[in-house]
Amino acid sequence: MSGPHETSIEHGSGQKTLSSYIIGFILCIILTLISFGLVEKRMLSDTYLYLGLAGLAVIQLFVQCICFLRLNCSPEGRWNLLPFLFSILIISILVGGSLWIMYNLNYNMSN
Amino acid sequence: MTADTLTHHDHHHNADATDIFGFWIYIMSDCILFAIIFATFAVLHTDLYGGPALKELTDMPYVLVETMVLLSSSFTYGMSILALYKNEIKKVITWLIITFLLGATFVGMEINEFVHLCLEGHSWQSSAALSAFFTLVGTHGFHVFMGLFWMLTLVIQLLVFGINPMMRRRLTYLGLFWAFLDIVWIFVFTIVYLMEAI
Repeated sequence: MSGPHETSIEHGSGQKTLSSYIIGFILCIILTLISFGLVEKRMLSDTYLYLGLAGLAVIQLFVQCICFLRLNCSPEGRWNLLPFLFSILIISILVGGSLWIMYNLNYNMSN
Repeated sequence: MTADTLTHHDHHHNADATDIFGFWIYIMSDCILFAIIFATFAVLHTDLYGGPALKELTDMPYVLVETMVLLSSSFTYGMSILALYKNEIKKVITWLIITFLLGATFVGMEINEFVHLCLEGHSWQSSAALSAFFTLVGTHGFHVFMGLFWMLTLVIQLLVFGINPMMRRRLTYLGLFWAFLDIVWIFVFTIVYLMEAI
């Protein structure tokens, strides 16, 4: 009763493999070092630095979701993917909305 | 294998998949909790009430070490899941203990940072920015702490029950939770530590 079918279902978000963990781990280390290096060495102007850091964080989010969580578009994987995408929508509304409102509030208070 | 056992097996694995999906929904709701705290931090991070900027209070190399420790713990947890696939209980427990030690190092470093900040007079009562800082980093640290407690419980359960479908499911839950905490930390170090330091 312990075929590959059983294990893949029982471990939720996709079958894990050693290679995916190692690739994910190395990529995350590189991305983290780039982030810290950019800030430490001040290689870019401030605006590009903010954008670069945000970009690197999002790339690392995807690396971890794909390599560690094994999120995917297979029929079973989709069940995990849809709430994930929905959460991203809610999070952008919450964070973006809060910042937008508070920015306008600050602007109106000081004018 | 008769039709009867097949149906039973199907029912069993569907129940597992549904349970894990339920846990996934919990993780997503926790994401939204963190999003709210991040939004609060983003709104309040400049309200220093005359105190020093956050970048003067944080130490980059220290945060880099913390980050690497947590990232490694995510990797070692993965190793224990792989050992679980092969039913090698000793390896599962060894990797779990290594993960536990890495996680404990992370929490210890964070508590050390908090204690130092408070002793220097920069507690959560000092300004809105510091309140937001302690709430965000503290909530993440508290999650990791609870994860450690959970991990210890699972190690004891593994010693008592061995590897069975119930333990596989529990280890999967903690695996999702642990990976989630590492993902939240990416945004904590980027937004709280790196972007503040610019």
